[in-house]
Amino acid sequence: MSTTTETRPGTAPGGRPRMTPASIALWGGIAVVGAVCWTVLALSRGEEVSALWILFAALSSYAIAYRFYSRFIATKVLGVDDTRATPAERLDNGVDFDPTDRRVLFGHHFAAIAGAGPLVGPVLAAQMGYLPGTIWIIVGVILAGAVQDMVILFFSMRRDGKSLGQMVREEIGIVGGVAALIAVFGIMIIILAVLALVVVNALAESPWGVFSIALTIPIALFMGFYVRYLRPGRVMEVTGIGVALLLLAIIGGSYVEEMGIADALTLSKESLTISLAVYGFVASILPVWMLLTPRDYLSTFMKIGVIVLLAVGLVIAAPVLQNEAVTDFAAEGNGPVFAGKLFPFVFITIACGALSGFHALISSGTTPKMVAKESHVRMIGYGGMLMESFVAISALIAACVIDQGLYYAMNAPAGATGGEPGTAADFVNGLGFTISAGDLTAAAQAVEEETLVSRTGGAPTLAFGISQVFTDAFGGGLAAFWYHFAIMFEALFILTAVDAGTRVGRFMLQDTVGNVWKKFGDTSWRPGAWIASAVVVGLWGGLLYIGVTDPLGGINQLFPLFGITNQLLAAIALTLAVTLLIKHGKAKWAWVPGIALAWDLTTTMTASWQKVFSSNPAIGYFEQADTYRTAADQGEVLAPATDAGQMDQIIFNSTVNGVLQATFAILTLVVVANAAVIWFKGWRTGGLPTTEVPHQPSAIVAPSDFFATKEEKAAVREWEESRRERVGAHR
Amino acid sequence: MTGRLLEAARGVRWYLREVTGEAKWDAYLARCEAEGCTPMTRREYERHRADHKERSAQGRCC
Repeated sequence: MSTTTETRPGTAPGGRPRMTPASIALWGGIAVVGAVCWTVLALSRGEEVSALWILFAALSSYAIAYRFYSRFIATKVLGVDDTRATPAERLDNGVDFDPTDRRVLFGHHFAAIAGAGPLVGPVLAAQMGYLPGTIWIIVGVILAGAVQDMVILFFSMRRDGKSLGQMVREEIGIVGGVAALIAVFGIMIIILAVLALVVVNALAESPWGVFSIALTIPIALFMGFYVRYLRPGRVMEVTGIGVALLLLAIIGGSYVEEMGIADALTLSKESLTISLAVYGFVASILPVWMLLTPRDYLSTFMKIGVIVLLAVGLVIAAPVLQNEAVTDFAAEGNGPVFAGKLFPFVFITIACGALSGFHALISSGTTPKMVAKESHVRMIGYGGMLMESFVAISALIAACVIDQGLYYAMNAPAGATGGEPGTAADFVNGLGFTISAGDLTAAAQAVEEETLVSRTGGAPTLAFGISQVFTDAFGGGLAAFWYHFAIMFEALFILTAVDAGTRVGRFMLQDTVGNVWKKFGDTSWRPGAWIASAVVVGLWGGLLYIGVTDPLGGINQLFPLFGITNQLLAAIALTLAVTLLIKHGKAKWAWVPGIALAWDLTTTMTASWQKVFSSNPAIGYFEQADTYRTAADQGEVLAPATDAGQMDQIIFNSTVNGVLQATFAILTLVVVANAAVIWFKGWRTGGLPTTEVPHQPSAIVAPSDFFATKEEKAAVREWEESRRERVGAHR
Repeated sequence: MTGRLLEAARGVRWYLREVTGEAKWDAYLARCEAEGCTPMTRREYERHRADHKERSAQGRCC
């Protein structure tokens, strides 16, 4: 049963006429640019390739996909209907249900979905060469990631902003619902742990980094008090002050040596882990106005600033790619950054940026309650994700333009490189790349870091790449400043995600336990909040500790787990999308999220299978545990472990990772199996009742795309006139 | 030319005020006026908004 009203025949939503000759010429031109860029990328081997080919292949592909595919999804597949009032209009309370200007909501939505994921994933995936990453980021976002974000946003909006978990329970079934709930919570924990691991790896042994990041806490506190007590509500003013202080904090970091605090700020990974856990706990129980809200302002502004700078910097510097198109690691699966072949591991390493399950939580969170007109889901859902993908492409380029010997020295775990410039140079030369110990030391000195050897996690590599691009583009010997600027920006993102994620995890836990113990579900009850926060922090902190101390390298071990779980969450979201299309009697369009779901299930299930059952100890967690257990039983110590204690640690860690991996794969399969029953029923009967809210007429008039047409502007003016007259008549 | 620039600057300012939520106060005042009720002070209003944020945490993605 579908309650969608079709738009008038002959006109698309928004009343746009058919394509004019001028627009045919424009889109033809964009298509030609895209085709040329892709051809160059496809045919160039062993020659100098400019990074701009990637950049423009991406931009032209995005433009075409947005103009044609997203429009097709909006009109044909979903049937967006601007005569229908959105929840923001019907339930408007000026707080969470609030019809918001489409461009403003685009900003909010983008700030919520963009984070460190699209920055670090592509950096790690550069191990396979630049081409696989480029193709997956662009094709993936067009056919999968942006589709998921838009479709989930639409369906949640048609259900008064229900969450993903709620929709799975009500539309698929209780079994699937419970599985999805557990999966969502578990994925939150893993994401927090891995993001925190990236920060720990970026800040360990880096007094400059620790100095600047630590200062963000007093800066945020100052901003919080300023805007609450001194000048209530003056957010722009306080953000301006905050950003200025932040830049001073980065500059100040270069003087830690002179200030005599360098040693005190040179922290080991273990102490950073403890500091982060304590910070996460305190931050999540403090009132939001004190730390979280001001931090969010800072990180949003830094985010936009860096993305714009990076795009401009890339165009000006026009760097040449140092990476190969496809490396030997892609086929052989023996890369040092993460193990496994191109298929399936490129698709799970580049998680956000092409397809990210986490976005489905945002698209079914606050955004659907603020959409003013139904047609806006296209620019906010699809458009927002295209922008995120652009960030991922920029990160990929930054990782591919640095010296590849340096890339491997930075990204291979310490167990492989030996942690010293000399041994690292030997290791990298053994891989078939050339770099000398002297070059490694010089590169570290250029950015004023102790060392760059085995600085895994992607953040330091990206920071180095950004610093190189900015130095080329803007000149002026600021390499060290740019490096720490980039580190600060990534760490800021991640810490905001850790604050907010811990708090969301706490609410989820309180809500779930609240079903059996009512008192615990009351979020304003202090002991409950503290216990729930402690549990959440304990879970991600524990996993973080496992990653930090893992002799095999935490990123190497945990990043695949993070990537796979994020993609499994996407599989749940896409399953819901297919289910709803079938229930609405639109089975003929189910292929739209369906192809994304099929590909996502193929890659993630293959990856999960390999991580659980592979007989290669570099890939399979259980085989890895077995190998080390057999050796330990015979009293042997296998490298990179250096003693019996580390042997036990590897056995324990690999078993935990394996169990987590298997659990998430099974949970996803439960949701899919539950949904398959509904698919069959829905397909046989041609549709099923859903929880969609019935049509109510909309009064709001607003343009539907980024740029308003003349007719739309006139219509908005007319509508505003009539509203003013009505208000005038009231008085 | 300067007219264009001025317009663009006004647009940027409008956008930033909207995105940061600073403009919510103006919207609230307008709403109060339309409905003919007395608005609370800015301090009270911002407290109100902060309290609401306290209860509705939104995750930040990866």
